[in-house]
Amino acid sequence: MTVADSAAPAATAVNGGKRGKPPLSEGKKAERRLGLLLCAPAAIVMIAVTGWPIIYSIWLSLQRYDLRFPGQQEFVGFDNYAAVLTNSYWWTAFATTMGLTVVSVAIELVLGMALALVMHRTLVARGLVRTVSLIPYGIVTVVAAFSWYYAWTPKTGYLANLFVDSAPLTDWLSSLSIIVLAEVWKTTPFMALLLMAGLALVPDDLLKAASMDGAGPWQRFTKVMLPVMKPAILVALLFRTLDAFRIFDNIFVLTNGAQDTSSVSMQTYNNLIKGLNLGIGSTMAVLIFLTVAIIAFIFIKVFGTAAPGSDPGGKR
Amino acid sequence: MGKANARNRRGRSPGRALSVLGAGLMAAGLLTACGSSDGLKINIYYAPEDNFQKVVDQCNTKAGGRYEIVYNKLPRGADGQREQMVRRLAAGDEGLDILGLDVNWVAEFAEAGWAEEWTGGNKAQATAGVLPGPLETATWNGKLYAAPKNTNVQLLWYDDRVTPAPPETWDQMIDQALALKAQGKPSEILFTGAQYEGLVVIYNTLVESAGGRILSEDGKSVVMDQGAVKALEILKRVTSSGITNASLTNQKEDEVRQAFQDGTGAFELNWPFVYPSFKKEKPDDLQHFKWATYPSVVPGQPARTTIGGYDLAVSTASRHKPEAFEAALCLRSPESQKFSALNDGVPPTLEALYTDTTPLDPTKPASDDNPSMDTQYPMRETILEALKNAAVRPLTPAYQNLSTVMSKVLSPPAAIDPQATAEELRKQLADALESKGVIP
Repeated sequence: MTVADSAAPAATAVNGGKRGKPPLSEGKKAERRLGLLLCAPAAIVMIAVTGWPIIYSIWLSLQRYDLRFPGQQEFVGFDNYAAVLTNSYWWTAFATTMGLTVVSVAIELVLGMALALVMHRTLVARGLVRTVSLIPYGIVTVVAAFSWYYAWTPKTGYLANLFVDSAPLTDWLSSLSIIVLAEVWKTTPFMALLLMAGLALVPDDLLKAASMDGAGPWQRFTKVMLPVMKPAILVALLFRTLDAFRIFDNIFVLTNGAQDTSSVSMQTYNNLIKGLNLGIGSTMAVLIFLTVAIIAFIFIKVFGTAAPGSDPGGKR
Repeated sequence: MGKANARNRRGRSPGRALSVLGAGLMAAGLLTACGSSDGLKINIYYAPEDNFQKVVDQCNTKAGGRYEIVYNKLPRGADGQREQMVRRLAAGDEGLDILGLDVNWVAEFAEAGWAEEWTGGNKAQATAGVLPGPLETATWNGKLYAAPKNTNVQLLWYDDRVTPAPPETWDQMIDQALALKAQGKPSEILFTGAQYEGLVVIYNTLVESAGGRILSEDGKSVVMDQGAVKALEILKRVTSSGITNASLTNQKEDEVRQAFQDGTGAFELNWPFVYPSFKKEKPDDLQHFKWATYPSVVPGQPARTTIGGYDLAVSTASRHKPEAFEAALCLRSPESQKFSALNDGVPPTLEALYTDTTPLDPTKPASDDNPSMDTQYPMRETILEALKNAAVRPLTPAYQNLSTVMSKVLSPPAAIDPQATAEELRKQLADALESKGVIP
């Protein structure tokens, strides 16, 4: 039983088990009102900044609304959802995005863990090693993407020239691999950083005790470190998954969505910003929002990821 | 009480500091605004062009202080340019007076009510002496919505050491390329094959050259006739015979230019900007860098090449329309067009300028430092010939959707199955025309 569960009956007992609110003194009421008033501006700003755009895009997604045909705006109910959800372009992009997310996050987790272990154990120039390893994460994604683009373009690129007579960015599988590579290269340091914070949670005593009991390095890693690090790993995975699902800039530069490498974000951009179709574009934005919400829900409810700073371990 | 007061005071001081800061900023803003609001400003939003500021300066001198044209540079890429203008116009921004429109946006801006119609004397001045192709791009529903500023047309570029005589038809070009390949010589046919507007330009040229149509005359329905299918066949054949660059499906204009300069290509289909680049980067080979109009599809009938370029429109939200029209007319006047053609290499829309061989400074002989149409455009007759047979891209307000869908369906060109691809295009273009459906 958690603390919250045991506290609730205690509180009702104090109030005499009555339903409804206990009588408050005038001073307490005034204090509460003041509290609400003081919170109000922040709450209103929060709603205005985060809530309103979401509500507005849901409202837009229910309309036929093309900026170029302002006269033809009308309410169409779920027509836009039907149009998007029955479209093969959308599902191709959705599958691509999901695939990219799963593959790149999996690779990042393994590499990030290795990097974190190395950085954790580094004895000399620890600060320097950590700083240097963060450089890819610090480079603007578009800039990095352009250098990958040129590196993989025949004639100008040192990487493409390794393979004679090939243009890897013009083929579905190889361009997807390059996108994954660019993503992994960029965000592994971030993953490593989060995991390193988790590594710091593992007490040396536990590891020493485990080795006294005869556990080898691999056993110490899987039986001691991983369980203790679980909250940190899950938080890192959650952050990276949500981030990876929104992939845009690397694809935009590397292939611009050619050869079926478009992601859902790119397609939304194409419909909303390029196509000026607010109805369809907002529908896609809402669908992305829903998917992200579902991913977050699964992580938190099924895997028991805890938000950083809350109860360690979360719900199991 | 005293305690509460103290807390209040402590709480108030950051607020006061903020308001003081805010007032200061406001005052600074007002001061700078005062400093520069002496006269009327006409804002032009136009693509980056190296010497366009000089054209603007000349027009400002002519305006004699009645207004001042301010050149606001848009992003370099066409999509970025359109996005910036469209977003501001949709929000009714009054700060835009003159809009630099890529030739295929005029219908869209006119239909959306963002571009003011040209009438009366302004119209007469904007259309006088303009080549028919560029003029068509500025017209929508029989009304003029922009003044053609500059045009552009692709040519066939080749090396006369590799191919002494340029091919006259696509069939000949493919055969020559195959023969060159068999001999181990540079053989590639280079063109913009990436999934973007450039691929649509090539396709449109092929369709028009085959005597076909993509959309009906009024732009309201899809045609995709036999000519359109024939064009698909050619695209398929040229890209699946091993005579295109390995990077074809990632190549845009500049990659095509580089590939030709690298020496793997026998033929390059590209805009005239490749000539000054070649002149600068490979001066020793320049004498062998030759040009011709596009190869045709139907033997004996000249190719109809898709034109590019820019038109100047006046925003409906502008508060200074008469001045904006006047300024736009000055910016695309014969003198301005000539200046831009000689300094920035953008081909003029006025036919007379192609035969005008007076150098920039008429008192001195023509040279590289004092260019004339002769030195700057040795290919001017070929350009003019291509312009006279020009094709324009389908005129419709939904062009952007159309183009996105077309480039997606056509990419990669080697995977085209002429009949099936044509059917798919018919279906998807019909949806795109009504801004229904999803664009990829």
